[in-house]
Amino acid sequence: MTFAARIDNVRKTYTLKSEVVHALNGVTFDIPTGDYVAIMGASGSGKSTLLNMLGCLDRPTSGKLSLGEQDVTTMSDDQLSAVRATKIGFVFQSYNLIQQLTVVENIEVPLYYQGRVTTSDRKRCRELAKMVGLEERLDHRPNQLSGGQQQRVAIARSLVNDPYFMLADEPTGNLDSKTTEEILSLFDKLNSEGRTIVIVTHEDEVGARSKRVVRMRDGVVLSDKPSAEENFVISDHAKTANAENGVPSA
Amino acid sequence: MLWLRTWKLGVKSLLLHPMRSLLTILGILIGVSSVIWLLAIGEGISAKAQEQIEQLGANNVIVRSVRPIGEVSIAGRGSAEYGLMREDFRRLEDILGDSLEKIIPIREKKRAIEYKGVRTEGRLVGCTDDYATLMKLNVRSGRFLNALDNENRSQHCILASELANELFPTSEPLGKNIYLPDHEEYYKIIGVLQPRAATAAVGGSIAGQDFSADVYIPIKTWQDRIGDTIRTNRDGSFERETVELNQITMQVKNKDDVLNVSESVKVILGDVHDQAGDVSIVIPLELLEQAKTTRFMFMVFMGLIAAISLLVGGIGIMNIMLATVTERTREIGIRRALGAKRKDIIRQFLVETVVLSVVGGLVGILLGLLCPLCFQFARWCMERFRPDLMAAIPEAVRDVAPLIVPVSIPIAFGISVTVGVIFGLYPAYRAAQLDPIEALRHE
Ligand SMILES: Nc1ncnc2c1ncn2[C@@H]1O[C@H](COP(=O)(O)OP(=O)(O)OP(=O)(O)O)[C@@H](O)[C@H]1O
Ligand SMILES: [Mg+2]
Repeated sequence: MTFAARIDNVRKTYTLKSEVVHALNGVTFDIPTGDYVAIMGASGSGKSTLLNMLGCLDRPTSGKLSLGEQDVTTMSDDQLSAVRATKIGFVFQSYNLIQQLTVVENIEVPLYYQGRVTTSDRKRCRELAKMVGLEERLDHRPNQLSGGQQQRVAIARSLVNDPYFMLADEPTGNLDSKTTEEILSLFDKLNSEGRTIVIVTHEDEVGARSKRVVRMRDGVVLSDKPSAEENFVISDHAKTANAENGVPSA
Repeated sequence: MLWLRTWKLGVKSLLLHPMRSLLTILGILIGVSSVIWLLAIGEGISAKAQEQIEQLGANNVIVRSVRPIGEVSIAGRGSAEYGLMREDFRRLEDILGDSLEKIIPIREKKRAIEYKGVRTEGRLVGCTDDYATLMKLNVRSGRFLNALDNENRSQHCILASELANELFPTSEPLGKNIYLPDHEEYYKIIGVLQPRAATAAVGGSIAGQDFSADVYIPIKTWQDRIGDTIRTNRDGSFERETVELNQITMQVKNKDDVLNVSESVKVILGDVHDQAGDVSIVIPLELLEQAKTTRFMFMVFMGLIAAISLLVGGIGIMNIMLATVTERTREIGIRRALGAKRKDIIRQFLVETVVLSVVGGLVGILLGLLCPLCFQFARWCMERFRPDLMAAIPEAVRDVAPLIVPVSIPIAFGISVTVGVIFGLYPAYRAAQLDPIEALRHE
């Protein structure tokens, strides 16, 4: 079995003026290639901190974190940037598109930081836009798009460097259930194509679509089981949507 | 990284705030054009001073008689005796003759000139034949004085063009005799000169010289027929002034000798003149050296002022870029999350400041090059609409013709780009140091 990521006793402490916050307090688990993991837990339990670390935006205070074969704990800032540019696709709750760029330009951004934009890359950007259903909107600006459309641009952007790891921090947090469904089916598709996905979420509907659920509390892993074993409470609307997509309800 | 993309992106971000970018550019623009303007004006002023000095002849040493202060009336008799002697001239000629190309004694005085009832005031100049070559006087008709005129003490004269026109508006002056009422003498006109532009005053050492009313006669004739003592009627009372020579101009053969010769001149003229204070030595070459030093200091001073205005422009850039960085913190976070290295962020912001300063620099250079034209235009306007005001402006200011100093262009441009980079570096560095996670949270 190959691993997309291995997390070994990772800790993250923030030293504030008066107190020490243990955002992660010894987290250990592996993410095999092709897995689809949902990280769930109460607010402040350390989900985002963990995801940022997997995304090489942050470094653990202690412990070891490897992506593929590479130990990222000891990497320099530039090396971490290079890993983000080539291996990781980010999707954020607040979309985080660059406002002054058009849809297609936003999708291109990660390519600059790999040092090349060829004509075939351009073509790829268009194909990705088409895949997320925005081929009509290539030259629109983010503020001319709906939230769901913006999130689809963000997903297309996260895929442009053909990452082997997709990380999403509450990607559907700002979306209604119908748009959520559209985004989730995109994730399903990407996962079925073999991409590893880690998604942070509060919503049972989202958790239920993953293969595996990691529950966190106060910076430690509370449980780690296949999503089929979780007792998700799923709204009727979502159930119908799931049924339409051939997802068995738990 | 893809440079072209970076530049395009930079320009695009700047166009997002056109007014802001424009004002920032203005700061640099003013700095750059003021470098060029100030240097051009400085160059114009000093080039003119230099030209004036060169007109005196860089190879020349000029000794002039000056009326000592406080010797206006001796014992109430209203007479004065001072200045260079013919003996001085002979000694200078004997001792320095070998290193001199020419040595010319000059006697001059304002006198009334008459021809057939037309009376005007002219400047009577006694000199030798070399004077024409030295002062670059050209003959329009007839000839200038020659050695024989002096030897024979002939009563010949040469008129300046303007004076000839005044006395002989319709007839031919050659061959006619003009009358000097003060001395009751007649002089036959043997030549008329071409017009000669006046020379301007140089510092305090030498008064400007206007050639337009000159009448040249042999100096020996002056000595024999007019004499050294001249009586003038000043406010009803007569005043006598005895001067043998007003000026001795020496042209040195070899430029390298000029300073040596001038030292010798001081020694030869001796203590008598020194104590009396009735002689002054003007060495154009020395003035030229002084003018060069002054010019250098002037340039440094102007450069300093210009540098300050560029500095202000630079601070403007820095201010704007710091604001931009804060405003775009989120974007920086996004780019970092998508794989931008610190140096990519630095480059992105630096490109913007360089674009600002390059545009400011180029437009500034254009405006700088317009400087001489602007001056001409301003002068034209003044002359046309307010000639009275124009006349009131001192000549030194009125006639300034800015001269673009060619090196000021690359210098100004180089400095503006450097200012852009230096003042852009800190904001760009700040942007790059932002923590990606913090930046992403920024709202
Ligand atoms: N930069 C920071 N400085 C200090 N404390 C921090 C910092 N970042 C996170 N924390 C703390 O670490 C803990 C975990 O934060 P984190 O953002 O990972 O929570 P979360 O699980 O993502 O919560 P939510 O569901 O609300 O997004 C919190 O207690 C938070 O206050
Ligand atoms: Mg979070």
